[in-house]
Amino acid sequence: MSLTSLTAKELGKKIKEKEISVKEAVNDTLDAIEKKEDKVNSFVTVADKDALLKKAEEVQKKIGEGTLGGPLAGVPIAVKDNMCIKGLLTTCSSKILEGFVPSYTAEAVKNLEDAGAIVIGKTNMDEFAMGSTTETSAYGATKNPWNLDHVPGGSSGGSCSGVAAEECVCALGSDTGGSIRQPSAFCGVTGIKPTYGTVSRYGLIAYGSSLDQIGPVAKDVTDCALILETISSYDRKDSTSMKREGLDFTSALKDDVKGMKIGIPRDYFGEGLDGEVSQAVKGAAKVLEEKGAVLEEFDLGLVEYAIPAYYVIACAEASSNLARFDGVKYGYRVKEYEGLHNMYKKSRSEGFGTEVKRRIMLGSFVLSSGYYDAYYLKALRTKALIKKEFDKAFSKYDMILGPAAPSTAPKLGSSLDDPMKMYLGDIYTVSVNLAGLPGISLPCGMDKKGLPIGLQLIGDCFQEKNIIQAAYAYECTREYRHSPLSDVYQVGGRR
Amino acid sequence: MSKEYETVIGLEVHVELATKTKIFCSCSTAFGGAINAHTCPVCTGMPGSLPVLNKQVVEYAMAVGLATKCEITRYCKFDRKNYFYPDNPQNYQISQLYLPICRNGGIEIETEQGGKKTVGIHEIHMEEDAGKLVHDEDGDVSVVDFNRSGVPLIEIVSEPDMRSAEEVIAYLDKLRLMIQYLGASDCKLQEGSMRADVNLSVREAGAKEFGTRTEMKNLNSFRAIARAIENETNRQIDLIESGEKVVQETRRWDDGKAYSYAMRSKEDAQDYRYFPDPDLVPVSISDEWIESVRAKQPELPTEKLARYQSEYGLPEYDAQILTGTKKFADIFEAATEICKKPKKVSNWLMVETIRLLKENAMDAEDIRFSPVNLAKLIDLTDNGTVNSTVAKEVFEAVFKEDIDPEKYVEEKGLKTVNDAGALRETVETVMKNNPKSVEDYKNGKEKAIGFLVGQAMKAMKGKANPGMVNEILKELLSK
Repeated sequence: MSLTSLTAKELGKKIKEKEISVKEAVNDTLDAIEKKEDKVNSFVTVADKDALLKKAEEVQKKIGEGTLGGPLAGVPIAVKDNMCIKGLLTTCSSKILEGFVPSYTAEAVKNLEDAGAIVIGKTNMDEFAMGSTTETSAYGATKNPWNLDHVPGGSSGGSCSGVAAEECVCALGSDTGGSIRQPSAFCGVTGIKPTYGTVSRYGLIAYGSSLDQIGPVAKDVTDCALILETISSYDRKDSTSMKREGLDFTSALKDDVKGMKIGIPRDYFGEGLDGEVSQAVKGAAKVLEEKGAVLEEFDLGLVEYAIPAYYVIACAEASSNLARFDGVKYGYRVKEYEGLHNMYKKSRSEGFGTEVKRRIMLGSFVLSSGYYDAYYLKALRTKALIKKEFDKAFSKYDMILGPAAPSTAPKLGSSLDDPMKMYLGDIYTVSVNLAGLPGISLPCGMDKKGLPIGLQLIGDCFQEKNIIQAAYAYECTREYRHSPLSDVYQVGGRR
Repeated sequence: MSKEYETVIGLEVHVELATKTKIFCSCSTAFGGAINAHTCPVCTGMPGSLPVLNKQVVEYAMAVGLATKCEITRYCKFDRKNYFYPDNPQNYQISQLYLPICRNGGIEIETEQGGKKTVGIHEIHMEEDAGKLVHDEDGDVSVVDFNRSGVPLIEIVSEPDMRSAEEVIAYLDKLRLMIQYLGASDCKLQEGSMRADVNLSVREAGAKEFGTRTEMKNLNSFRAIARAIENETNRQIDLIESGEKVVQETRRWDDGKAYSYAMRSKEDAQDYRYFPDPDLVPVSISDEWIESVRAKQPELPTEKLARYQSEYGLPEYDAQILTGTKKFADIFEAATEICKKPKKVSNWLMVETIRLLKENAMDAEDIRFSPVNLAKLIDLTDNGTVNSTVAKEVFEAVFKEDIDPEKYVEEKGLKTVNDAGALRETVETVMKNNPKSVEDYKNGKEKAIGFLVGQAMKAMKGKANPGMVNEILKELLSK
């Protein structure tokens, strides 16, 4: 059995207890990647083996000296390719960042490295995190480990497929409109999008700055809590970073939901939701109720406005955030051009993919003079109203329960032709980003096709512990299902 | 010209703030340095980097706002101005459009007619400067130098309240002096730490509506501003008189050729797609913060002018000159503090300093001597150690090299000779060598004594105490 079939906590424990060495953990992870990468394509870049082994030695030494004693010391981790790491190619899965090697490391990654975790490589994603399938990557589509004809979801598809395929034990993703929660659901793993401002965005290449958050992807709630606890910090380098309390997320890992009030929005179970997904999510709610939680259905309101508001705001910010990729300073520049303007135009036309260009155009349009009020300003107002709807809900409930996505993973190649339909798939996730709330997605069953179904719990701002505790309690009633690419896969395993 | 016209002018003034570090990162704002020596991921717009606001920029902007009687926006925001140019590393400039930090202020200026008038200030906003393109003269390569990228600026936008070049200069003078006093900027037009764009239109005298305006750029001195205003006024009147229309456009002034040309018309104007920068949180300004900035506010020119007259008894004209540049006021106050002789300090500044500045084509800002050395020189003169002629010579050395007058006088042997015996000897020799003058004096030509004093001073290499020389001469001549 590969060590990658363990959880991060289990692997960290074995390292700490000297049952295995950091080097073994790294080698095992590299072997797993080599074995499975042809099938899933989770990674854009795998770090240099010699450099990794050198780092493993350093970490091993510190563990020996007792200067590194945390649960993640020596644990290899994969990082989505939109987080800068000093000396490591960072592409956002785009041609336009061809050859870009940052001279600085994202704060979240630095926090992990300080805890002794070892970055094994950079995972594939939808280009600039724009997409829900990881098919818009310039480095090829990532496949779903449960069925290689299906997408892993996106945009953190590589991080989720990497964990599900057991190429690595855990990963970092980023979530702007569901990019951690939706692929976690599609791949049968667990992911958390924390409250906006909890994890520093310094070094995260922005898509929609007011919505982006980095978060963990792992096999279970415990690992996610552990990683989130490690990467969260107040960072002066990020003006939107918050000084906040209660970052001891692992303290919420209690199998107890007695008296917890859980709101179930009727609007989340209406038209457009796949029957099997609906059934599985309702089943999960029932389990929580049996364990003592108090369920209540309610009307959330404004649900249908979340997608248009999200796409207007995210694309507007993206159109400006992505302006810096111009062929002047780094990345891709066309070989032949006439003058500055032509160089900009050709480099950007060739360097960006279709979906990115679509969103840049959409964003530029809604910010144009004469349209700003009608679109961008209206979207901001809608965002504020959506937040109010959630405030109302959280005055009554400790959390909100619903599906993470309306269906299970679609087939490869079936989504990109109809972007509107693809955007509608974000219905259950985008409002969480608009309101800045924390959300967790965890497996709650399989459909008949053998694809995982995800349950989403949404908490009030700064109340990650509520959703972590409920998710943990639910998880305690189930066993982890390893994907077919796992060494310990069991055909027709339980649940 | 058959009709009477009125010129309507508003100004957009950019001022580079005197912070040590840039507006959104901790890189130095120092001038010079190798290309891209003062840069980091933030001010070069690297992916994933984030801006963090320099608090000192807000305080300087507030200080200028308070001095110009603006309302301070309690909840102000930064917006992105989107446009592509290589000197702009993110391809957007962080500025303020929707909620600028200061609004609705004004500056009182003196008009040509001797009256007073308030020029309204529409707003003051904070923003970042761009980098600089360095073009390789031989090859076809351009290099981008980001050392200036992220240097903090404030833009002060006036109302269209000015009616002549004189009013514009009066406004700029007042604004510049005020900002210099606040220490917020050195405001040097030539070096670009103060830049003014002139918005100008003309209309028939008495008309209520404004005419179509143009914006003039590249004005690097007060002289250029005055010339450009005159030129543009005439150009617009000529157009109107000949039945043509003034086109709303941005023009560039060429001071060498004394004319302007159109850079871009309104139709070509870019859509900057301003929107609030999501990377920066809104700036909340409390009453306490405003009060703490107000408390730190130094004495401003108008207050100083009044105090110099009342406290030191200086004439209004002198007080005006001394408060007219921060450098003068600083030296005046520091030297007076040491030697306690305000009138004498004022005199050295008003006469000798101004003379030397003119001779060397320097501005007051270029003065390098320290007030201590001026104060020392005044004391040396007062206690008779040097006479006034020698003092002027010593002052030139102070002005040029900031020497210590005490050491200088000692080393160069410039002390006034007060030794009556030595003086008497010299005077006797002078009288012996100039019998004609002695004769003339004795015959009633009293002027002749001046010549003899001069000869005696010359013989003593100017170090003689002139009073004593006079006395001895008179005594000997009356014998």
